[in-house]
Amino acid sequence: MIQLSDIHKRFLDNVVLDGVSLEVRDGETLALLGPSGVGKSVTLKMINGLLRPDAGDVVVDGLHVQRLKRGELSELRSRIGYVFQYGALFDSDTVAENIRLGITDETCYSDDGYCADRVRECLRLVNLAPDVAEKYPAELSGGMKKRVGIARAIAGKPKYLLYDEPTSGLDPVNADVIDGLVERLRDELGVTSVVVSHDVRGSFRVADRVALLWQSKIRAVGTPEQILGSRDAAVLQFLERDLEMSLIQAESVANVRKDGS
Amino acid sequence: MARRAEITLDLRRLVGRWTLRSAGHAGRFTYLFIDMLRGLAEWRIYLPRTFEQATGVGFGSLFIVLLVAGFAGAVTSLQAGYQFTGTLPLYYAGAVISESMILELGPVLTGLILAGRIGARYAAELGTMRVTEQIDALESLGRSPISHLLLPRVLAGLLVVPALTMFANGMGLFVGWITAKQSLGITDADFTYGARFFFRPLDLWYSLIKSYWFAGAVTVIPCYIGYNTQQGAEGVGRAATTAVVAASVSILLLDVVITKLLLGK
Repeated sequence: MIQLSDIHKRFLDNVVLDGVSLEVRDGETLALLGPSGVGKSVTLKMINGLLRPDAGDVVVDGLHVQRLKRGELSELRSRIGYVFQYGALFDSDTVAENIRLGITDETCYSDDGYCADRVRECLRLVNLAPDVAEKYPAELSGGMKKRVGIARAIAGKPKYLLYDEPTSGLDPVNADVIDGLVERLRDELGVTSVVVSHDVRGSFRVADRVALLWQSKIRAVGTPEQILGSRDAAVLQFLERDLEMSLIQAESVANVRKDGS
Repeated sequence: MARRAEITLDLRRLVGRWTLRSAGHAGRFTYLFIDMLRGLAEWRIYLPRTFEQATGVGFGSLFIVLLVAGFAGAVTSLQAGYQFTGTLPLYYAGAVISESMILELGPVLTGLILAGRIGARYAAELGTMRVTEQIDALESLGRSPISHLLLPRVLAGLLVVPALTMFANGMGLFVGWITAKQSLGITDADFTYGARFFFRPLDLWYSLIKSYWFAGAVTVIPCYIGYNTQQGAEGVGRAATTAVVAASVSILLLDVVITKLLLGK
């Protein structure tokens, strides 16, 4: 379980999080929604200790993240897969080498065959062909880079998966593919996931529960149906703003499918 | 009156801000250095990457180091001829060329070239990795950026820079010798006599010791600057230039300090 209690964070004069509390239950997928620059990625980075809150407590798997020593934090991070917004792949390494870095199993040091099998397995899980393993990130499309990022995140067989804007910068077709992948990994691997996004349609598809981060605070938490039925002015404003984008995306997907058939 | 108070206040603010920034850098640098020492235990991770880096940096820098050392040897030889002809015995030229190359030109020129070549490369590489979240990605995988990225670069520099310095010394001496033979008409016997007459084994040790310190400067400082890069592409550019300037100034400062400690009276 992931618990954030009364988290405060500011960068110079800019208050990013002001008393944020959130709970992610084991096995569920929680989508953290909100407009750009509201502190969604900051919240995500606090869960695996990349950023420290100014005040408040982050507890993952019963461990207080801020109080962990270096070795303990590394050990915890090996149980948390993190998918970065722009992939954050090591561009001088091949796809296989990138994924190998995610394998935290000690066997990897002595058994190359085990590692190669694991790389192939991770590529299969994200719907990529085995020959992609020998390519460099520069040779991949945006959607493929995201999928390799996901493959690297799941290579260590994590208990938790944190997605930072997994569909941002992708066309609607590829965004759909990634959303499908998030669902599939939840079902096949049984991981607890937090998906940070500003895409309402995709988030409602993948999430068991949705939280809306609005003006530095959690404004609403609930199932997609509960959020859709909310009468809160901020929730309505956010959903209405996104509705237009969803319609445009849906139209675009329909056009692509029509052209393809 | 009000204007003077404003200027004084601004000056105090400026000094205060500069002091805080310097203290921040000193603290972060110390922590990074301690982390590097701790990371030495993870040899299984950094050793293969160290050899990879050393090969790239070493072979890549060899040509420019030899070229500059050769020119330095030739110019030293010509200047020695200009100053000594008719006033001092010719064999002194052998001494001047060998001592200049080994004591000063070899290590310092190599250090300055590598400050530009290795320093800019390390700062830009690590800076790009920082702004594209590659370093965060390593940390999020439970891996240490110190043993994966920093230690291989620093250790590669410590392996390669002293070796390149010795090559530069040899090249400078050789080209200086050839130039002296051609332009001054000095015999091989006179040149080697002069070179040997003033040579002490400490000179070579001094050259080697300096090159190790310079290796530290051209690797650790750019790594620190690159590792702490902020603000996108502009930040990476700034990190690269800052790293080159900081490493070059450090080399000149270290040159004075080491000379005073080892050769000063």
